[in-house]
Amino acid sequence: MSNRYLAAAAAAVLAAGSLSACGGSGDSPESTKTLTYWASNQGASLEADKQILQPELDKFEQQTGIKVNVEVVPWSDLLNRLLAAATSGKGPDVVNIGNTWSASLQATGALEEFDDATLAEIGGRQRFVPAALAATGAAGKPPAAVPLYSLAYALYYNKKAFADAGISAPPATWEQLVEAGRKLTKGGRWGLAVEGANPSENAHHAFTFSQQYGGEWFDAAGKPTFDTPQNVAAVKRYVDLMAADKIVNPSNAEYAQNQAVSDFANGKAAMLLWQAAGSNLKTQNMAPDAYGVAPVPLPASAPAGGKKVTSMVAGINIAVFKHTKNRDGALRFVKFMTSDEEQVALNRTYGSLPAVSTVAADPAFAGPEQQVLQQTLAGTAAPLPQVPDESTFETLVGTAIKDLFADAASGKPVTEQAVRTALTQAQQQLR
Amino acid sequence: MATPTRAPALTGAHPGDAAARPPAVRPRTRRRPLLPYLLLAPALVLELAIHVIPMFVGAFMSLQELTRFHLRDWSGAPFVGLDNFRDVLDVDGPAGAQLLHSFWVTVAYTIASVGLSWLLGTAAAVVLQRPFRGRAVLRALFLTPYALPVYTAVITWSFLLQRDTGLVNHVLVDQLGLLDERPFWLIGENSFVALLVVSVWRSWPFAFLCIMAGLQNIPTEMYEAAAIDGAGFWRRLRDVTLPMLRPVNLVLVLVLFLWTFNDFNTPYVLFGGSAPEAADLISIHIYRSSFETWDFGAGSAMSVALLLFLLAVTAVYLLITNRRGRSHA
Repeated sequence: MSNRYLAAAAAAVLAAGSLSACGGSGDSPESTKTLTYWASNQGASLEADKQILQPELDKFEQQTGIKVNVEVVPWSDLLNRLLAAATSGKGPDVVNIGNTWSASLQATGALEEFDDATLAEIGGRQRFVPAALAATGAAGKPPAAVPLYSLAYALYYNKKAFADAGISAPPATWEQLVEAGRKLTKGGRWGLAVEGANPSENAHHAFTFSQQYGGEWFDAAGKPTFDTPQNVAAVKRYVDLMAADKIVNPSNAEYAQNQAVSDFANGKAAMLLWQAAGSNLKTQNMAPDAYGVAPVPLPASAPAGGKKVTSMVAGINIAVFKHTKNRDGALRFVKFMTSDEEQVALNRTYGSLPAVSTVAADPAFAGPEQQVLQQTLAGTAAPLPQVPDESTFETLVGTAIKDLFADAASGKPVTEQAVRTALTQAQQQLR
Repeated sequence: MATPTRAPALTGAHPGDAAARPPAVRPRTRRRPLLPYLLLAPALVLELAIHVIPMFVGAFMSLQELTRFHLRDWSGAPFVGLDNFRDVLDVDGPAGAQLLHSFWVTVAYTIASVGLSWLLGTAAAVVLQRPFRGRAVLRALFLTPYALPVYTAVITWSFLLQRDTGLVNHVLVDQLGLLDERPFWLIGENSFVALLVVSVWRSWPFAFLCIMAGLQNIPTEMYEAAAIDGAGFWRRLRDVTLPMLRPVNLVLVLVLFLWTFNDFNTPYVLFGGSAPEAADLISIHIYRSSFETWDFGAGSAMSVALLLFLLAVTAVYLLITNRRGRSHA
């Protein structure tokens, strides 16, 4: 009989396992002489990031006597770790956040507000690039973070493949891109590479396409409007690059670990839509003169209400947790990281753009790639919706598009109706 | 050979245990010794802290509206009673319909995975019951999947299952020519099969291990007697081996069922946070509903519903097996 009691006990314990949630970790600094900093993964690896950041942190310690303990957190964990820190009130003092999460994290109320007085402590609002500062929280509220590294999407194309196919200029419209893609797709090479199973990438493109097609993902009240005709048309245009135009390898439907960049670097795809791919391509041994960079295309004739948007305002923000016991030190660190010198040094290393306008003209950012990104950010980039549900939008719509790519890859027709149903279902999950 | 980490839960349950126990006759002291309780205390405290308390906290959370706006002060989040349950269990509503879909996927996955794991484990254990050259090597080999860390193993599988560069398609399409086109395994309908294969690969060694242990306790004389009576291999399997293994199987199937039903690591590592619809297991579904949409109230409500379901299944299972056990006795 004891078997059964044992089994019953084991069953209860195991069933209970389904309930236990994960807890937060980390500890708060005991004195005002240390800070804990969670950095996002910007370089080739976590270790590489640590080695890039450590000399700068040492410099900060020399200047202020404050020791910064840095931990580089991989992107796959960062949002959950931030959530745990926000919930528990324990954890780091200063963190990097994806700028699209600003409003979502702002809603938790765990982040220090950068009102004018606080901004003044770190050099003032006017220091920052306006487009980047627009992606730091909900409109009408003090920013929940300040921009650190700025990024934008661009079209990367293989110069040799273009020359071989007799294409003289990078495509400026989607129609041209499809035409070029058809010419380029042959002999094991495809026109374009996409990251079809990566919800975030999908959502970013869904945003840009939607802007171009006159759509919005949220209305003025912050309510989702996923399945409007404009959004359906926008998502269909994106998925059709694989489904109808056949210029994307169906295998891309299962890409989620930056295989698209590898395919482009290895010549398996001739074009790539990516944010600041330069440093990544360099680590994959693609020479900077082997590829060209152009703005993301637009529709040949703008649909009604369509905006001239070629990228989201992408980038990394730096934020301070309210629970910090060393607010002054944390703000001094933010000021240090957004100082002219550090902005040049770090953004040059990472291939991103400075978030402060004072160093925009620095020769470090005069390369052809940085020029295109800078022009995009200054003129044709729009921030993702700064609403609390933004991170949910990325997950739900990104996953819906992932499933549509999966359909396209296995030869199922991706009709307007199918896209609408997918988007409606995604919206219904948002309660 | 590997050191099984999950095995002790079962070794206490196999039939030889009763025989191995020392005689319970011991001089009674008047004062109750404190030591046993002290020795138990750490385990008890940890059990409370890791399992029992979080379980009740989870149940409490399921009655709250716990979204990002209330996370920082979650004990002060608005109390909404059974609203979360109404939302997630309403099969006509979108959230409920998807949960139901996920539930049926999980049921099919669990039945198939437990059935196949048990079948493979039993077959392998029976084949390896008699000593022969190389038996130890085979045993060790069979246990390898169980010894590998789950993340490493499943990541390797995800590489194997990639469409263009994966070994599975290379063998199926290029070498054997069984299929004309390279199928997808990690997206679309096939993802269910892929998940099932990885799951069975991971859990059958455990079944094998338990049944192997159970077989050690079947006296050889029973087989000899059966053989003298003219029973062939299948007859001996049906009338000696399986009935003698019953106590082991009872616990084994239950434990496999609960592990598989709750399995999170395999689908999460294989598909990332967003599993394809065909392989949308309930654990992943709950994870997405709480961590990715930051709606922990709804997520907890789903967890509590799952807990109640598993408790009910377990209770019915134990009741049925218990009754049958008595009627046999």
